Amino acid sequence: MNWLMVVLGALAGAPLRYLADRAVQSRHESVFPWGTFGVNLAACAGLGLLTGAATAVPQPLGALLGPGFCAALSTYSTFSYETLRLAESGARRYAAANALLSVLAGLGIAALTTALGQALAGALG
Amino acid sequence: MPFRSNPSGDPSGDPSRSEATGLAPDAPAAPAAPAGPVGALDPVDPIDPDAAPPPPDPAHPHRTQQARTLLVIALGGALGASARYGATLLWPYTPGAFPWTTFWVNVTGCAAMGLLMVVLTERLRPHPLVRPFLGTGILGGYTTFSTYALDARGLFDGGRPGTALLYLAATLAAAMAAVTGAAALTRLVLGPRPARAEGGA
Repeated sequence: MNWLMVVLGALAGAPLRYLADRAVQSRHESVFPWGTFGVNLAACAGLGLLTGAATAVPQPLGALLGPGFCAALSTYSTFSYETLRLAESGARRYAAANALLSVLAGLGIAALTTALGQALAGALG
Repeated sequence: MPFRSNPSGDPSGDPSRSEATGLAPDAPAAPAAPAGPVGALDPVDPIDPDAAPPPPDPAHPHRTQQARTLLVIALGGALGASARYGATLLWPYTPGAFPWTTFWVNVTGCAAMGLLMVVLTERLRPHPLVRPFLGTGILGGYTTFSTYALDARGLFDGGRPGTALLYLAATLAAAMAAVTGAAALTRLVLGPRPARAEGGA
């Protein structure tokens, strides 16, 4: 049951990552991989809200949205590969900035949205 | 290869962007990107592995091609997420401990990405759906950045800041070592890169 929910979430999360990445990448000229950066942070925000509000979310819905949708929306493999490509291309500062900004912003957004999710769950019940 | 980053946003400064912006394959050619001597990223290997659109397939109109790409990414993502979920069932996470399962999921996924991208972008001319399925779909669905960040937050919150910082740094270092090492090893095993066919990509 939970596995099925994970599959359903990933069926939506993975193509949405591709579409969002393409949409972002087509709208800026920098070599900085804003697309993957953005979807990873958006996924952190979603998973943070869900983690904070975990007590108010039924388990199948949690599996759909957490390890399914949010986890498949985010990616470590593309993040690491894009960082490698930046470094190989000579853009070492961009590579370092991508790695550090992604980790720090991901952690910060995770903390903020978890607190927000806890407050929401508390207010709702 | 010389490289010029282009933070100013001047489109003429970086000829590869016409390739890398990912416009529709059947869109008119991007205007006037001078193929001058300015060094740029190899257009075949943009930073973003999804940046270059799949080449048009004459047998299928663009819409169909886009729908097929999304479909194989969804299927690959479901397979990758299932593998990750299965790993968390086999090796469940103990709150407060180092998140080894997600650590190894991400590191193995990054190693596979390094291998895959060298093979697909430097050695083969694969079917246009192979890279979206394997890279964007399976490996993208298998690895996770959000779980990584939330696990670290949970460690901080649970009074384990040392483990949290170690986890954050160790995953980043191991993932970068994995993708770099796998790409280098694949290039070593497969030998020199063949000359690119004219009009490739």
